[in-house]
Parts: sequence; C-alpha cells; structure tokens
Amino acid sequence: MLVSSLKLHDLIEEIRGAKTQAQEREVIQKECAHIRAAFRDGDPMQRHRQLAKLLYVHMLGYPAHFGQMECLKLIASPRFIDKRVGYLGAMLLLDERHDAHLLITNSIKNDLSQGIQPVQGLALCTLSTMGSAEMCRDLATEVEKLLLQPGPYVRKKAILTAVHMVRKVPELSDIFLPPCVTLLHERHHGILLGTITLITELCQRSPAALRHFQKVVPKLVQILRTLVTAGYSTEHNISGVSDPFLQVQILRLLRILGRNHEESSETMNDLLAQVATNTDTRRNAGSAVLYETVLTIMDIRSAAGLRVLAVNILGRFLLKSDRNIRYVALTSLLRLVQSDHSAVQRHRPTVVECLRETDASLSRRALELSLALVNSSNVRVMTQELQAFLESCPSDLRADCASGILLAAERFAPTKRWHIDTILHVLTTAGAYVRDDAVANLTLLIGGAQELHAYSVHRLYHALAEDISQQPLVQVATWCIGEYGDFLLENCEETETLQKVEEEEVLALLEKVLQSHLSLPATRGYALTALMKLSTRLQGDINRIRQVVSIYGSCVDVELQQRAVEYNTLFQKYDHMRAAILEKIPLVEHGNHQAEAAAKESQAAAQLSEDKASVPTEPQTSKLLDLLDLLDDTPGDTQQPPTLNPCPVGGLVHLLDLPCAPPPPAPIPNLKVFEREGVRLNLSFTRPPGTPPLLLITVTTTNSSEDDVTHFVCQAAVPKNFQLQLQAPSGNTAPARSGLPITQLFRVLNPNKAPLRLKLRVTYNHFGQSVQEIFEVHNLPVETWQ
Amino acid sequence: MIQAILVFNNHGKPRLVRFYQRFPEEIQQQIVRETFHLVLKRDDNICNFLEGGSLIGGSDYKLIYRHYATLYFVFCVDSSESELGILDLIQVFVETLDKCFENVCELDLIFHMDKVHYILQEVVMGGMVLETNMNEIVAQMDAQSRLEKSEGGLSAAPARAVSAVKNINLPEIPRNINIGDLNIKVPNLSQFV
Repeated sequence: MLVSSLKLHDLIEEIRGAKTQAQEREVIQKECAHIRAAFRDGDPMQRHRQLAKLLYVHMLGYPAHFGQMECLKLIASPRFIDKRVGYLGAMLLLDERHDAHLLITNSIKNDLSQGIQPVQGLALCTLSTMGSAEMCRDLATEVEKLLLQPGPYVRKKAILTAVHMVRKVPELSDIFLPPCVTLLHERHHGILLGTITLITELCQRSPAALRHFQKVVPKLVQILRTLVTAGYSTEHNISGVSDPFLQVQILRLLRILGRNHEESSETMNDLLAQVATNTDTRRNAGSAVLYETVLTIMDIRSAAGLRVLAVNILGRFLLKSDRNIRYVALTSLLRLVQSDHSAVQRHRPTVVECLRETDASLSRRALELSLALVNSSNVRVMTQELQAFLESCPSDLRADCASGILLAAERFAPTKRWHIDTILHVLTTAGAYVRDDAVANLTLLIGGAQELHAYSVHRLYHALAEDISQQPLVQVATWCIGEYGDFLLENCEETETLQKVEEEEVLALLEKVLQSHLSLPATRGYALTALMKLSTRLQGDINRIRQVVSIYGSCVDVELQQRAVEYNTLFQKYDHMRAAILEKIPLVEHGNHQAEAAAKESQAAAQLSEDKASVPTEPQTSKLLDLLDLLDDTPGDTQQPPTLNPCPVGGLVHLLDLPCAPPPPAPIPNLKVFEREGVRLNLSFTRPPGTPPLLLITVTTTNSSEDDVTHFVCQAAVPKNFQLQLQAPSGNTAPARSGLPITQLFRVLNPNKAPLRLKLRVTYNHFGQSVQEIFEVHNLPVETWQ
Repeated sequence: MIQAILVFNNHGKPRLVRFYQRFPEEIQQQIVRETFHLVLKRDDNICNFLEGGSLIGGSDYKLIYRHYATLYFVFCVDSSESELGILDLIQVFVETLDKCFENVCELDLIFHMDKVHYILQEVVMGGMVLETNMNEIVAQMDAQSRLEKSEGGLSAAPARAVSAVKNINLPEIPRNINIGDLNIKVPNLSQFV
C-alpha cells in the first residue's frame, strides 16, 4: 500500500504537473481511492500522512467527507503528530451539523487535562473554532480550570476559547466573569489581549457586566499608559509602537465602558489626550492607534476641546497620501457627521477632493460623506462638484449619486430655475439610473413654477431633440411639450440661445419618440397624449395629429390602443369638448400618499362614468384623471410593460357593479369624526364575513345648520400597504336643517392586518365660505382591522 | 471578528483557506473565487479595503488584503476589527512565516500547507487575534516540532539499534586471551553476530 500511494510532497508535485483540469481530477480521484483504502486497513503509523493529503485535496475543492471519522481516530491516538493533523482535520471538515462532532468532546476533555501544553493548545484551538453549544457546555469547567494555571501559552488560549463559549452559550458568562479582573493584573501581553477581548464580549452581552467592569477603567488606563510611555522594547514592537494590537483593544474597551458614563470618561480624558498628541503616525501602526483614540474620544463624554482635537486629527488624516488612512478617516467622519456637523463641515473641501480619486472604495465613501455635508449655504458648489463626479463615476455609484443630487436639490434648492436646471442635468447625464419618482417630482415642480414654463419647455425640447434614449428625460420632456407646447412657438426671453421652434418640428419630434424602439411603452403613452394636447395648443393643421392617433388605434399594445381609440372618439364625437378636456391642468398639490392620488382618481373616475353622456361638470377633474394617470404610470420596472393602472378602469367596473345602497347595519360601533358649525361626519364600519381583509366604511354627512352645504367632496388616504376604493357619493349637497344626508362608501383592503390609519379631507361651501379640512381619524375601533 | 483568511496566488489558486464561520463546501469555493475576482481588479496603489462580496455576509463585512509578490493575503473581517490593525496583523503573519520557513516563498506554502495552518493557529484562533509576538510564535513552533521528532524518534529507536548492530562486521573473537599470568575468559557474543 505504501508503495503505490504517494507522499504528500509527491502528490502535490503530481497535481501541479497536471496540465488540464481533467488530468488533475484524475490524479486526485486515484489518490482518494488509495486514501480510502488506507483508512480502512492501512498502517496506523502512516495515517496522518493520508489525512494530510486529504486536507490538501479538500482545500482545492474536492470532496473529503470520508475523512471525518479518520480525524476522530487520529485525535484519539497518543502521538502528537497524529493529534495535530487530526485536530486540523476536525477544524476543516467537521462542524455542528454533523453528528460526529460530538464524539470529539471526550477526546478534547482528555487532552485538556493531560498537561502537555501543545496538546492542550490544539484542543483549545479546535474547541474555539468549531465548538458547538453542547460541547461548550460540557467542557466549560475544564476551560475555566485552565484559565488559572501558570503557563501563559495555555492560559491565553483558554481565555479566547472562553470568548467563543460565551458567544455560543451566553449563560456561561457567569462562569467566566469572575476570573477577568485577576487576569488583568498579568504581565503577559497575550493573556492581556485575550482578557480584554473577553471583557469586551461580556460587556457587549449584558449591561450588568458593563457596570461591573466600569470599575477596572483605572487599571486599563494604567496598562495603556505603561504601553505608551514605555521605551523601545523588542518584544512587541511594531514599527516603533509598543504592541499596537493591545493598545487598540484597550482603547476599544475604554470606548464601550466610557459611553454615557461620566466617571469613566473623566478618568480616561488625560490619557486619551496624551495618546492623541504623542503618537507617531509616520507608520501604519501609529495611525491605527491614533485612529482608535479618535473614535474613542468621539464616543465617550469627553471634553469639548478634546472632541475638536479629534475631528482635526481626522481632517489631517484626510490630507495624508496613504489611501488606507484616508479611507478610514472618511468612514469615521461619516459616523460623526450627524453629531458634530459643523466640525466636519470645515473639512468639506478635502472631502470633495477625495471625490476625484480614481480609487473606487475611496470615492464611494467620499460620495456618501459629501451628500451628508450638503446644506443650504453650499448647495450650489456641492451640486456642481457632484455633477462633475456623476459624469465620470463608475456605474455602480451612479444611482446613488443621482438620487443623492436630486434629494439635495429638493431640500436646498435656492431657486426653482436652478432646481429645474439641476434635475435636467442629472437626467441628461444619468437618466437611466434615477429613481422612479424623479419623473413625477419634476413634472410637479415644473407644473408649479408658472413663470418658468416657457423656459422649461424650451430647455426640455432641446434636450430631447439631442437625445431620445434616456427614458425619464423623454417622459418629462414629452409631458412638458404637451402641456406648454404653445410656448415653444415663441422665443424664450429667459435665454436668448433657445430659439422658437416650428410646429412641424415639434410634431416630428413627438412622432419620432412615438415610433422609436428605444421608447418604453410608458413613454409612448406620454408621447401620444402630448400629441393630443398639442392639437388644441397649436394653431396649424391638426390632420397630422389625427392621422397618428388613428394609426395607433390598431396598435398591438393595449394601453396605447385604448388611448388612441379614446382620443379618436374625442376628435369625432366629442370634438366640441376637446378644448375643454385638453386644457392646461391647474396646479396640483404635491400629495405624498399614493392612495390619496388613487382616491382622487377613482373619485374622478366615478364622476366621469356618471356624467359621460352630459357635458362633464368638472372637466378639471377628468383632466386630473389624465394627469394622475400619467403620474401613476411611472417608469417603475422598466423591464416589463406597465399594466394599465387598475383604478380608473377597474374602478369604473366596480362602481357600475356595486349598488349604492347603504351597507347592512354594522356590529362595529360608529364613529363621529368631524363636526363644524352643524356639519357632522360619521363613519360606520362593516366587515363582510366572507372576505376578512375587507372593510367597508360608510361616511355620512349630516347638516343641521341653517345653510346648505354645497360642492361637498370627501377624499381619503390610507397607509401604503392598504388599498382604498372610493365609491361615488350619493350627492354633493347636504340641504339645511337636517335634509337628506350625503353618504359615501369606502372600501378598504387590509391584507396584512396592519393597524388602520385613515386621513380624511373634506371641502365644501357653507355660509358663503369655502371650507377645507384635513384630519386624521383617531380612536378607530380595533375590530376594523383585526 | 475575523470571518475568513484566504491566501491565493495571482491566478486564483488557493494556497491557504481558513474559515472561522461555517459555510458549506461549495459556498467556500465560491467565496474564494469571488474574492479573487474582486481583488484582482484592484490597482496596486489604491487602498487595501474592499467592501465585501455578496456571499460572505452582509454589509458589515469588508475584505482587507495585501499583495506580496505572487500572493494575495485576504482577511475578511466585520466592523469590530480595526482595519489598520488588520493590515499590521497580515504583516505580522507574513513575517512569522518568513522566520519559520527562512525566506518564505510560494512554494513553501504549497508544499507545507499543514505547517502554515499550524502557524496561523498561533496567530489567530477562533476568529480572534491570539498572539502577535513573533518570537513567541516561533518558539512555540520549535517546541512542537521537537515534540514531534522526539515521538517519532523513540518509537523507531529499538529497530534502528538492532539493524545497526547487525551491520557491524565483527571479526572472529578469541575465546581465551592469555597475557602472562592473566587469563580472561571472553563471553560468548555469537548471538549478536
């Protein structure tokens, strides 16, 4: 057997000699067969060699599970050489999920009590790497004994094993807590390092332990001071700093102990100042210690002067040429920017410099920090820098950068025109990466800025003319052209460079968008609607538009087809209404609740369905429908074509189906939600037994005052995970002196059984004044949502 | 805590793979490959920290690596470790390897993978830093190899002694040596010949 199987050295040579993956696999398979045979009936003295080979093969990625039992046998052998390989195999091959792992518990126990240091070390190492909860419980007392015996080698290992045990079985912290304080008085650095790790772990797990260890803060300070002031020692010296690892661990523990604890913080203050000023940072080790000191200063209740010093140190770090230090400084400044904003602001120019780095990790950190530093005074400068960055940054950062700029612009925009310019610039540079609501936000913004309509439409038109591939930009531009196309025909006073455009060019551009294969279905919807709107805005011949619209009447895309058909009808049967329907929209309020928009929409849909035959009483609301239709048809998931927004059509179907009769009496108590000058709103609730998530709310408006309530509109909003449908009210007039009340039915779907929250908005005319109230409904009975 | 320590060469071949958190075998190999690809893309003069890949854990983990000649030493750590400290730790580990192997090179790591594991066990245990003093670690490794040798030596000694004596070519020994008045009787040594 020995002759045909290879020594480890030779095996490795053969594997390296293999020219192809297949050859390598062959060699390894052959050898594994030998190893298996050797495990069964080979020479016990050579077993360790076989396992060593197996472990090598395992590292390369080949299966080695048949070696697991062999590890156990080797661990049980008395020879050190066998145990060594056996334990290594156990650490690499065995784990909690295999039942075999419990079998080594006994071997470990024997080895721990033997007294041969290297063997004890091996056992402890294995226990701390793969010890499961049961093993830890069984062996806790053994480990505890080893904590206090004289040899430092075994002690330091026992301490770290204790850390692992505490992590696996938190109850064991009671056993390991008492020895810690005595261990702190040791001189051996390995023991100290382990002890501090153990104390840190215990403090993080229980506040009681934290309080207990706060009394050792003076001792820790003393140890650190000795390290810092000690002269050159060959023992633990790393580039001139005495045991930086231990220093860093102590600083970390001091941080945890000093947080929110005045007394400890005070004890540490002097020492921290000393370390901060005296550490030599020419090499990495010194920087590591200094960095940790800075973090500790910022986290505890330190003196104000010390904090300023700390932030300045971080600023100095930013100026170093060593990129690692800059990275680390940016990370911590990001943590501090919330609490010490003004201090961090002073380093803003340096942070912006880091944006221009070619290093991806560094520029990512710099981006996050820059976005956090934008405020109203520096927004113009910062946005410029960020936009420059956006043009050159790697693609995975683009989305964050774009949305960051847009957010900052929204919060701090100095003027509307600047805001529009910024969004436009972002859309042209990184249009594909912006978030879905950017389109909606921009349209709202433009809609709201009346004086800038001409300017916006000119700029958008020219941007669109250059490039029709960036979908968000195209959508906004087509919407704008549709709305304010008449401004395009005149010169724009704001910027002389943007000349007027011919009608034909505008129509040609919109058609191009409509036909381009780059356009998403949603975009085409925008374009088609824009064309329609232009039919009323432009003076010239609208036959071209009629042609396009009728062509799309037979389009494959259902959404477009529907629109085209409806618009065709507008041209033919309802031509007299066309101008009214396609009027410019009024200023829409920026509603954050999607449900509110949906509520308005179904409200409008209800109106439309009932009044379609006669002249619509509210052309504005149907225009609202159109606008909201656009707004809700967001680019969203650009991969799939957007489904038709269910509310208008679905809402119509539902509304036509459901009776308007009031629901059957509800077992849930009624709720009075609003009262003003005799006008009262009551809510009554029903939960139909067949559908648990459904709740029907009937809003009843009564008027006991002397004057009629007219133009009554009630709208509702619910949290996002609910669905709300509003039925048409019975009317919008509540006659005086308790005339017929207005009733309206709301349907609320609550699939997650989340607590119901409801906001209502009512507008009406009363006593010659127009009243608008928005309020949240409190004290909703629990039965409404459980 | 240190999640994993990986050493691989410029072509992605693993030289040392040590995980301190349990992953199934296929995932381990995937992690090695993914880490290699991430690290390979980095220039030599940019920072040594990488936000980790998706496999080895969430956003809390980062990869800290150092490139020595043909080898990448990658430590995957979570936020409880000091990044600059880990850089020093990698340096300590490599220097210790250098001392133990006398001018360590990649071939040493290839052919003595088990020894590298034993050295690593003295530096990092259970994902935590155990000892950073090179001298102590080297002393410990020496003690262990002495222990190993002494064991192997003891069990083989009797066999070696017998074979050694068998090979001695003893000439014929006289039975009686007569020197003047002295008469020395020589014992029978035939059983050793």
